[in-house]
Amino acid sequence: MNNFKVLMNGIVKENPTFVLLLGMCPTLGTTSSAVNGMGMGLATAFVLICSNVVISSIKNLIPDMVRIPAFVVVIASFVTLLQMVMQAYVPALYATLGLFIPLIVVNCILLGRAEAFAAKNNPLASLFDGVGMGLGFTIALTLLGAIRELLGTGKVFNFIIFPEGYGMLVFVLAPGAFIALGYLIALINRLKKA
Amino acid sequence: MKKLESSLKNMLLVLTGVTALSVALLAYVNELTKEPIANANAKALNEALKSVVPSFTNNPVAECDTIFSEKDGKKIVDFIVYPAKDGEKVVGTAVESKSLGFGGELKVLVGFDAEGKIYNYSLLAHSETPGLGSKAADWFKEGGKGSIKGMNPGEKPLAVSKDGGEVDAITASTITSRAFLKAVNAAYEAYKGNGSTNATSGATQHVEHTDSVSAN
Repeated sequence: MNNFKVLMNGIVKENPTFVLLLGMCPTLGTTSSAVNGMGMGLATAFVLICSNVVISSIKNLIPDMVRIPAFVVVIASFVTLLQMVMQAYVPALYATLGLFIPLIVVNCILLGRAEAFAAKNNPLASLFDGVGMGLGFTIALTLLGAIRELLGTGKVFNFIIFPEGYGMLVFVLAPGAFIALGYLIALINRLKKA
Repeated sequence: MKKLESSLKNMLLVLTGVTALSVALLAYVNELTKEPIANANAKALNEALKSVVPSFTNNPVAECDTIFSEKDGKKIVDFIVYPAKDGEKVVGTAVESKSLGFGGELKVLVGFDAEGKIYNYSLLAHSETPGLGSKAADWFKEGGKGSIKGMNPGEKPLAVSKDGGEVDAITASTITSRAFLKAVNAAYEAYKGNGSTNATSGATQHVEHTDSVSAN
């Protein structure tokens, strides 16, 4: 499999949100607006790329029986690092996403990719897998966030499309996340069949 | 390179190594970001202070009073009182107060002018429902539907109209509104309690505090 295919695999064919259905908790929790969704997606992508490359580089040094704890330590380190850097340099984004950043550690996309891809492939391919999966996750979260923001408040990325009074509040709340995500997955499945 | 065998020695060495490396890296980054984080927090607090009290010339953060209560031998910060002065004249006081809202703790910085009237407030932290309770960030400000500017909780504690008060609650978020006003009233008490003792830096005062907040 060449690297371009690996990249596209994460974005389209095995999109973590729409196809693999991994990492549903942050997907539903953070997508109350397009900006939040994108921030969460990019944060996860950063950790995913770093952890994929590192895990792939050290995979032969790690005995099989302790690989999971070793992977978790690597992932948790990057998440903590990201948290400190965000807190220091983008406090506004940290204020909105702060609660969800530590949750990246237990996001199954990260451990899933570490197990399924990085532990079996070379660092370069793992880098592309990380970028692809990260972008796929970011696109999915931004899309879902934009749809929820539009239907719920009439805005997308804070641009007013229609007055807020006509918004359906349910889409900003958790049930709306499930509804919007369900329809999006159905739509993607339909498009893939065609 | 061949994969390392899963012998006890290898496993111990690798896990210790991985953890030690990650600790070293994090300690280093922590050192690097400590100052920027403190600066960012101080800046956010300063911005909030500037918006909630009339313009001042002193440094309220340096002169702040912390009021805390003791529970199980631990000190819990209840209020932080920031005096705002223009020269020697006290122009206002900002009080950091909190209460339990719908989704969790609601932290609010309430500014009072010299007469004890509410000047402005700033919602520092909350975990209210987005689109509903989160509206508290602007709802009670001047121009908002439930503006509390100019009210004096000393004359009559603030309450939502449903509870016989004069403040319009956020639509569909009465619990958040009650919690918010509770924090404001508590802030006023702290401000009054502090008004008599002249604000000296670091002075502490014990105020009876009970966990009477419940999400009703």
